[in-house]
Amino acid sequence: MLRLEPRPEASRLMSYLSPLLAAVLTLMAGMAVFSMLGKDPVEGLRLFLLNPVKDLYGVSELLLKATPLMLCAIGLAVGFRANIWNIGAEGQFMLGTVGATGVALYFQESDSSLILPTMVFAGALAGAAWAAIPALLKTRFNANEILVSLMLVYVAQLFVSWLVFGPWKDPDGFNFPQTAMFGDHALLPVLVEGTRLHFGFLIALTALLAGYAFMNRSYTGFKMRVAGEAADAARYAGFSANRMIWIGLLTGGAAAGIAGMCEVAGPMGQLTDKVSLGYGFAAIIVAFVGRLNPVGILFASLLMALLYIGGEQVQQYMNLPSSISLVFQGLLLFFLLGSDVFIHYRLKFGRATA
Amino acid sequence: MDASLFTSMLFATVVAGTPLIIVALGLLVNEKAGVLNLGAEGMMAMGAVAAFAVTHHSGSPWLGVMAGMAAAMAVSLIFGFLTLTLQANQVAAGLALSIFGVGLSAFIGKPFESIALPAVPPIRIPFIADLPLIGEALYNQQALVYLSWALFWVVVWFLYRSRAGLVLRAVGESPASAHAIGHPVILIRYLAVLFGGAMAGMGGAFLSVFYTPMWVEGMVAGRGWIALALVVFATWRPLRVMIGAYLFGGVMITQLFIQGSGMQLDFPAQFLSSLPYWATIIVLVVISRNVNTIRLNSPMSLGKPYRAEG
Repeated sequence: MLRLEPRPEASRLMSYLSPLLAAVLTLMAGMAVFSMLGKDPVEGLRLFLLNPVKDLYGVSELLLKATPLMLCAIGLAVGFRANIWNIGAEGQFMLGTVGATGVALYFQESDSSLILPTMVFAGALAGAAWAAIPALLKTRFNANEILVSLMLVYVAQLFVSWLVFGPWKDPDGFNFPQTAMFGDHALLPVLVEGTRLHFGFLIALTALLAGYAFMNRSYTGFKMRVAGEAADAARYAGFSANRMIWIGLLTGGAAAGIAGMCEVAGPMGQLTDKVSLGYGFAAIIVAFVGRLNPVGILFASLLMALLYIGGEQVQQYMNLPSSISLVFQGLLLFFLLGSDVFIHYRLKFGRATA
Repeated sequence: MDASLFTSMLFATVVAGTPLIIVALGLLVNEKAGVLNLGAEGMMAMGAVAAFAVTHHSGSPWLGVMAGMAAAMAVSLIFGFLTLTLQANQVAAGLALSIFGVGLSAFIGKPFESIALPAVPPIRIPFIADLPLIGEALYNQQALVYLSWALFWVVVWFLYRSRAGLVLRAVGESPASAHAIGHPVILIRYLAVLFGGAMAGMGGAFLSVFYTPMWVEGMVAGRGWIALALVVFATWRPLRVMIGAYLFGGVMITQLFIQGSGMQLDFPAQFLSSLPYWATIIVLVVISRNVNTIRLNSPMSLGKPYRAEG
């Protein structure tokens, strides 16, 4: 009989292997799903995994999709490490798009080179401000940050919808719920000619570096890790829990806000009511699968980007709804959580010995 | 306000509150056993889509409700396996369940978009439905509305009057003690998770088969999360869950009535639509402000994994 036996200490090796195991299991489950739907599983996997990256343009699209995921996930990881559960990155992302769009529309006619930096700043500020609400309510009133940050996602969605159906609607837009296209100086420069990959990708890589420096090399980052792994020790050492809540949420909000800015100033070029494709939620999975670690997040965001693009591909070629990506995202996190059992336990055959 | 407006608003409030009552009571039992399942949104979505699909094919709303419950129980079992057998973090597993359930329901539901089901006629309770003002609102309702009231009494009886309920609460307060006196902690928690799943599925089924008889992606619209907040708001007490659910139903309905009334307003419809979400935040703040209220009332082991030693 199979049984789980506790390990004397957590396995470092397994904590790195478990995301890989989860990815493999997700692929296998994916093939099973395709067979159940009466589609060729090999063809399905090819569409999901290989087709998106078969040429330079495909690779650039993958990096483009990974950009907002990376940004959101690294910001979330800072909070998650201290057990601060900001799950409203989706809303903070949307506020980021609003902040950046506000600047872009206000300076529509301007050709100043300061517009883009201002947009980044405004996006970060708006995202952080949205995250400040759960931070304030948590520190001041002890309100659960999970539920508050999540409720604010719905509010943010309605807010964006009001803006693009109302005051910010493009007067020449045939009544579509969208703003006017941004001026050239409010668009992020493209990195590789002929692709849509833009400067935001470099911002995201920088954010990963900054995240690494903060989490692994700074005293505050160390304190937050202690708080996450040994709350009692942190309390005993006198680390301020409230300060960590603020840092965790504001960092997550600002990073998600910048991600939102990159989306409107990058591939979209305007604000619409469908500005986010669930990046803020997918980033939660990215953060976990990446083990809250910048290098891990880099790889996990690429995997997640592949799932997004793969979903579009099977929609196009196999006529399946693109929400299949969400199914795979959920499966990936399920499998990760399941595989993580091997970090603390090992599988043993036979009966327990006394 | 004239009498007929009052009656129709009360009627609509009861309808809007019903899925919240059903789901939140399920989560309450779930949490009383010490398990925090943040997957309510996903389970409701699964319940809604399965109920819709089966009702559409079979023509029977009751088969639909059963299918919705079964589908939500099935996905809640994934959560149970991860958190109870494999000791995974309950917050993360619940989030995964929400994402998965919302995604899978959208995937399954694609062919059913733009189909409408026939409305299920309400059940009129003789005599008392003729009461002025409240009769039409309370006693000419969908069967599931009456069922939600029965569910309330069953949950109250179970938790506070039955031996099984006592054991369940013991498991939530101190799993180690419950284990020591011979209760199967993990099994009881599995049953609680399944019950939570079944109720979330029924709540979802109510939405897609009775409330607005159609399927739209995202139609649960945060109700699973609101139900989770309701349990905190109610400080884990069934009566307050019920009151809270109707208060929320009232908020949702009031904003709909204002939007539908054609009143000239200085603020946009989207702000009205966001009211239920703000209301959730406000009640969370009000109730959580006093740290002791939460500490005294929440099940002691809520959210903590448990593994029997030896």
